[in-house]
Amino acid sequence: MDVGKLVAVIGDEDTVSGFLLAGVGHRTADSTNFLIVKTDTKLQQVEEAFLNFSQRDDVGIILINQHIANDIRHVLKDYTQTIPTVLEIPSKEHPYDPEQDYIMQRVNMYLGGGN
Amino acid sequence: MSEVPPTRMNQQVFKGKKKAAESGHKLLKKKADALKVKFRDYAKMIAETKGTMSTDATTAFFSLTQAEYAAGNFKQKVAEGTLTARVRVGAGIDNVAGVKLPVFTIYETGGPADNQSLGLIGGGKKVVQVRERFTVFLSQLIKLASLQTSFVTLDEAMKVTNRRVNALENVTIPKIQNVLDYIDRELDELEREDFTRLKLVQGKKEEVTVNVSDATNKMSKLDINQDKDITATFDAQDDEDVVF
Repeated sequence: MDVGKLVAVIGDEDTVSGFLLAGVGHRTADSTNFLIVKTDTKLQQVEEAFLNFSQRDDVGIILINQHIANDIRHVLKDYTQTIPTVLEIPSKEHPYDPEQDYIMQRVNMYLGGGN
Repeated sequence: MSEVPPTRMNQQVFKGKKKAAESGHKLLKKKADALKVKFRDYAKMIAETKGTMSTDATTAFFSLTQAEYAAGNFKQKVAEGTLTARVRVGAGIDNVAGVKLPVFTIYETGGPADNQSLGLIGGGKKVVQVRERFTVFLSQLIKLASLQTSFVTLDEAMKVTNRRVNALENVTIPKIQNVLDYIDRELDELEREDFTRLKLVQGKKEEVTVNVSDATNKMSKLDINQDKDITATFDAQDDEDVVF
């Protein structure tokens, strides 16, 4: 295995294409480190991809679009590992809403509510 | 607490334990404070970075849209063919008050970019721009990821430390104090017991000496008579001569 860990991406077509252009994409004979979620992609598929990425030990960070994260919130809630880190990112159509991010909720709680 | 025999030695042992627990408590409290400071720093940084992240994301997506306009729909092609990660993250370790925090550093393998032929027909410059913008966005995200990981780890470490501080403060130290109090009480009790016993013995002794002195006094009174020369009472003249 190469040095360093991979960045996995679960997102819509725009997000994934952008990051692939930046050079995070990695495809081996049996797996990829990204999932393009289209309107006809089943929720179960997303869940499986997430669980798969979170169990791989060559993945260091999982980037996931916030609107997709909201869809699989029940899975994310049960996720307690530190590495890979799950990072919710905005997507093209859905602007970023800090209120829905678990980490941001905690941060705001510590910094004294709501600002 | 009564399982400890109340002896001087155990008192010494428990005094030592108490001292150790108190210094441990002090140290842990310091650690908790240090963690809290760091934690607040990280929280602030996360709040800031997340704020700038949205603008970065907007510019990145906008450049993508521009490229799409210039180069046509190339998005399907991006995900095609062999892909090798050019950008990887190295995991370093930062140390805050004995808590190991994972830190991600962006790490470029320096390999050739995938799908270099993208935008060959047109809009190549725009595609390159997209690559740049998303690389910037990605490095931001990786920074954010380290912050977030540190945040979560610190949160956990803080909980554990606070739990330990509270346990020492409210359980361990009072327990030891109880044992010490118990030993003190018992030792005092023993001392009092000894004291009364001594007093009792002393009393008995005095009684005995008083009796003895009384007896000797009586004796000495008798002795006054006995002290006289017993032959003095007899006068040889008074006795008739004994004639055999």
